[in-house]
Amino acid sequence: MKSRRDFLKTAATGAVLLGAQSKLGLAELLDQQKSKVVVARDAALHTAGGHLDEKRVADLLDRAIAAYTGLDKPVEAWKRIVPVGKVIGMKVNGLGGKPIATHLALTLAICERLQQAGVKPGEIVVWESHRSDLERAGYTISTDRSRIRCIGTDMDGFGYEEKPAAFGSVSVNFTKILTRECDFVINLPVLKDHDLAGVTFSLKNFYGAIQQPAELHGNACDPGIADLNCIPALRNKFRFTIGDAMSSIYQGGPVFRPEHLWYPNALIVGHDPVAIDYTGWKMVERKRAEMGLPTLESTGRPTTFLVTAADQTHRLGTNDPTHIHLMEV
Amino acid sequence: MKTCSMKSLLVFAAIIFAVTAVGTGCKKKGPEPFPKSGAVAGWEKTSETRVYAAKDLYQYIDGDAEQYISAGVVSTSTSDYKYQGQLEATVDVHTMGSAEGARKILETGTKDAKPIQLGDAGVAYAQSIIFRKGAALVRIVAYESTPDTAQALLALARGVEAKL
Repeated sequence: MKSRRDFLKTAATGAVLLGAQSKLGLAELLDQQKSKVVVARDAALHTAGGHLDEKRVADLLDRAIAAYTGLDKPVEAWKRIVPVGKVIGMKVNGLGGKPIATHLALTLAICERLQQAGVKPGEIVVWESHRSDLERAGYTISTDRSRIRCIGTDMDGFGYEEKPAAFGSVSVNFTKILTRECDFVINLPVLKDHDLAGVTFSLKNFYGAIQQPAELHGNACDPGIADLNCIPALRNKFRFTIGDAMSSIYQGGPVFRPEHLWYPNALIVGHDPVAIDYTGWKMVERKRAEMGLPTLESTGRPTTFLVTAADQTHRLGTNDPTHIHLMEV
Repeated sequence: MKTCSMKSLLVFAAIIFAVTAVGTGCKKKGPEPFPKSGAVAGWEKTSETRVYAAKDLYQYIDGDAEQYISAGVVSTSTSDYKYQGQLEATVDVHTMGSAEGARKILETGTKDAKPIQLGDAGVAYAQSIIFRKGAALVRIVAYESTPDTAQALLALARGVEAKL
């Protein structure tokens, strides 16, 4: 079984091979050895009144994936990301309600591209812990196995594994949607300020994959977040993140606080969830500074989980900016 | 003799009722704090009321639960609403262990909050209202900013306040 580090190396090598077509220089080749994170933005994504222009979301997604893979044709790019003949699970986040849930327009755009890349509708599962969170975020529940499914763990026929799985300090019962329905998981988290962890984005989104997330919130979710993501049942399936930073909360999260809503109008994508969380954290800090708010650390919410996730015990990715190849497009 | 027997019977019935109530976890149910559709002009109640005990609050608001638990929340009830078929909003009623708990949460508001006369104390933002009344802490959040949002939220808040 490949470790995440092996996988990341493979991904980086793959990127080098793909990038060779465009005659890379030495500096670029060295950059390709780093964890690549793409931040794709569209300043016109939201209108002045805060309405999302859904037609622009698919274009933004294509731009992000093209930059990440080095392939201009979306279908070819997606073929490099997802395996054929496997069930692709997409973990969305509906906790905060529609304005700060994983936007339906994004999920639908990904579903469209997956199908164009050869994934059958019945091989796509959109999931979250609670049916009500999905519905409040605008998703339509569907359990028909011949179509794209949209399901919650609390629905009949799913639920949690009876046997716990463990790593380090945590022992959890995973949703059967992760363990039994999905082969390959794309994470679709939402970037938000978090009352305990400082920020919530890629790694923490899988608190929505376990039965008792409350138990992993101690000590600013550290080492809860890192330990959870090291459990093989999750680690061996979680392969890619398309982070929704189209709208976000810079203070008072993770629930919806309209007074602290902001529109980064961005997608953040990559294979390395630590690098992605690091990038998202810095975006939140910049916004807080712009709004005259203190740093997360000075409010007693340092993002120490990122340090733990990157340490030698966990090795989930890198939180070292010199090892992150950040592409802003 | 007859009076004495009747008294004994009543005492016995009271004991049986009390034992049954404790055994089944029966609790005195407070008044429903959520206005029904149409009770507040323009507002429709669009979901069932969901109730979360303190231990389950993470299921609803994830890490935000911690501040309520620290302040002694007993349970949280929530329901969704829609104004004139367009503006969506959620009403959360946190029942705290004491008025002090509700006060503690309300005081965590930011400086851009505008004080309003509602319940024992309240504040408003462009798209949300928070107020406390006794041990209840109410937060009403609208998901969109429209010219009518502030006034519509205030009307709904007054509707909730009247039922607490």
